[in-house]
Amino acid sequence: MDYIDKKILQNSAQQEKDEFIKAVFSLIVENESGVLSRVIGLFAGRGYNIESLTVAPVDDCGRKSRINILTSGTPMVINQIKEQLNKQIPVYQVVNLCQQGPYVARELALIKVVSKGSERAEALNLADAFRAQVVDASVDSLVFELTGKTEKIDAFVDLLRPLGLVELSRTGIAAIGRGCQTI
Amino acid sequence: MTGAEVLLQVLADLGVEVIFGYPGGAVLPIYDAIFQQGKIRHILTRHEQAAVHAAEAYARSTGKIGVALVTSGPGATNTVTGLVDALMDSIPIVCISGQVFSNLIGNDAFQEADTVGITRAATKFNYLVKEKEKLADKIREAFYIAGSGRPGPVLVDIPKDLQLAQIPYSKKETKIHPSYKPVTEPSHQAIKDAVKAMKKAKRPIFYTGGGIINSGPHASEGLRELVKISGFPCTSTLMGLGAYPASDKQFLGMLGMHGTYEANLATHGCDVLIALGARFDDRVTGSVKDFSPNALKIHADIDPSQINKIILVDIPIIGDVARTIELMIEEWDKQPISVDQDALKEWWDQIEQWRGVDCLKYQQDMQAGEVIKPQHAIRRLSELVRAKGKEAYISTEVGQHQMWTAQYFPFESPNHFMTSGGLGTMGYGLPAAVGIQIAHPDALVIDIAGEASTMMNIQELATIKQYRLPLKVFILNNRYMGMVRQWQELIHGGRYSESYSESLPDFVKLAESFGIKGMRARTIDELDIMVNAMLDEPGPVVMEIQVEREENCFPMIPAGAPHNQILLGPVKEKTKIAS
Repeated sequence: MDYIDKKILQNSAQQEKDEFIKAVFSLIVENESGVLSRVIGLFAGRGYNIESLTVAPVDDCGRKSRINILTSGTPMVINQIKEQLNKQIPVYQVVNLCQQGPYVARELALIKVVSKGSERAEALNLADAFRAQVVDASVDSLVFELTGKTEKIDAFVDLLRPLGLVELSRTGIAAIGRGCQTI
Repeated sequence: MTGAEVLLQVLADLGVEVIFGYPGGAVLPIYDAIFQQGKIRHILTRHEQAAVHAAEAYARSTGKIGVALVTSGPGATNTVTGLVDALMDSIPIVCISGQVFSNLIGNDAFQEADTVGITRAATKFNYLVKEKEKLADKIREAFYIAGSGRPGPVLVDIPKDLQLAQIPYSKKETKIHPSYKPVTEPSHQAIKDAVKAMKKAKRPIFYTGGGIINSGPHASEGLRELVKISGFPCTSTLMGLGAYPASDKQFLGMLGMHGTYEANLATHGCDVLIALGARFDDRVTGSVKDFSPNALKIHADIDPSQINKIILVDIPIIGDVARTIELMIEEWDKQPISVDQDALKEWWDQIEQWRGVDCLKYQQDMQAGEVIKPQHAIRRLSELVRAKGKEAYISTEVGQHQMWTAQYFPFESPNHFMTSGGLGTMGYGLPAAVGIQIAHPDALVIDIAGEASTMMNIQELATIKQYRLPLKVFILNNRYMGMVRQWQELIHGGRYSESYSESLPDFVKLAESFGIKGMRARTIDELDIMVNAMLDEPGPVVMEIQVEREENCFPMIPAGAPHNQILLGPVKEKTKIAS
């Protein structure tokens, strides 16, 4: 093998690694029926994992949607996911934000707490510290709205658990690259 | 015009000559329109699965796009196997299915099924046409998607009310989905890198697949030239057989699980592997980590998702393989490096040594009354076809006979071998032969079959009779599901669970009951006589060859084993080879 120019050998640097890496895929797709099912079906059919998923129209006439998918896998699998997504006819573009460069990812959570007295006061204090909004309140209950990184929401939720947390609704991440670059 | 008439007009404009189909409630307007026109011929198969297989084989043997037409509900669900078969083997077909009236969709109406939902993973693309104004565009787009890039099946579901609606029609250009842009022009830098590596190789091999055939006759011609100017050996997948002539000295035969000894050992031991239009299927690679372990790998494929899917490659080339080969040939002369002819000769000496093992040898006792070996039946079939100066189009079912066909029936040109490679669909061969014969009415078409597989679509004998298709059904009857039995013998301790063909029909009488000539050869002395009689018969023939019941298909690489652990013969002889 020495006689073959090593410079064209991509593999020598690219030995298959078994450890999982995270990937945040942002897809621009045609906003037509069946597209989401096609994307999800691909993950289910090929045994890929979806950790979170968000989808909504993003252009001014509602023809294109953006899907954000948080997933993980070996580098080979992440590459396969990207190529398989790219292959879908109604998919315009697929970007793995983790590969593209720095990005911002945010999630929204609605958290219902049922508690009274000191627990309720403590929950409100924590909400203040986390800059969560109270979007609904009754004598016995509170609903907080919190936007932020997934880790921040995790932390807030963990703190509220002993304080009467009864219901949780999270969106999964919406993500976008930093700087001037667009997808 | 009605929607049904628009549909047929668009198909005619797209050059469609034949549709394979089966009528039903939700496509009656289309069948009514078919009745009233003369441009497109409809072939009535006896099962919707058969319509799709016939369309597939029509496509594979002509390079055109095959068309199937089925009704809603069971008509559509019956196509699923054929659609997946076409998806796995990258066969361009368009399946048109009827759907219940738009206002009934979602109501569990009679013969309603969620056809696009069910076939989403079975097709390259599919859609339900909801607006009548878009019907013509959607059909044109379906044809474009089916035939471009990596070809595949596309399904268009048309509600009955759209078929009945009045739609203005005008001939238009195909509007393409703006998000669909297959890459066909390969990177010239990648070609340069690849040719450089090829010229520096000491132990190179071409590994070619069905992509060459899909890419058209130009790709096969280019491959022949490239193999010739390089002097390298060439092996092929099951799907690629015929792209390079089997009789040529540089051809090593098929590789993979039932490939030849020389092809597998050369693939294992090569230093530069040039994969052209092949996808590293597990039946080819065996153990992935041991596959061609010391080779620099070049992979040319039109589908980017095939690159690094199973095997990490060093030089990926994305684009049409015919164009890739053309550029490689151009680049070959430009590169100042000359091939190390001494090393190449040493490599060929090694290959000849492997070839000398004669891995496809079998023992056939020629005494009158002796049992026919299935390998011998296929070899004699090929020899007697050639003796008559004919080139046959061959389809197969799935199993041992399919592998023996790949091993013992040499293919000299592309588009002559139709077989279910990726999906391994039993029952493919008979309807496939129908599709081929419709495309080539005067050609010799033979379905090399096993008795178990052919039973899976045996109803197509009626289609053969109706259209007086002179094809030959060559059944190797061992009264077992041979490949299942072989695995049970080799891997499951000889427990032959449900793999015997119990209660078989008398194939001669069966054929006769359909109005088709039936023939039978029981012993070796009858073989040539009956094969000749079959070939001389102007009409269709069902030929039953009673063969050795427990013959196994060798060479064999056990599933998941590396190529150098190829078994050459029966396990009791323990012919394991180390290299």
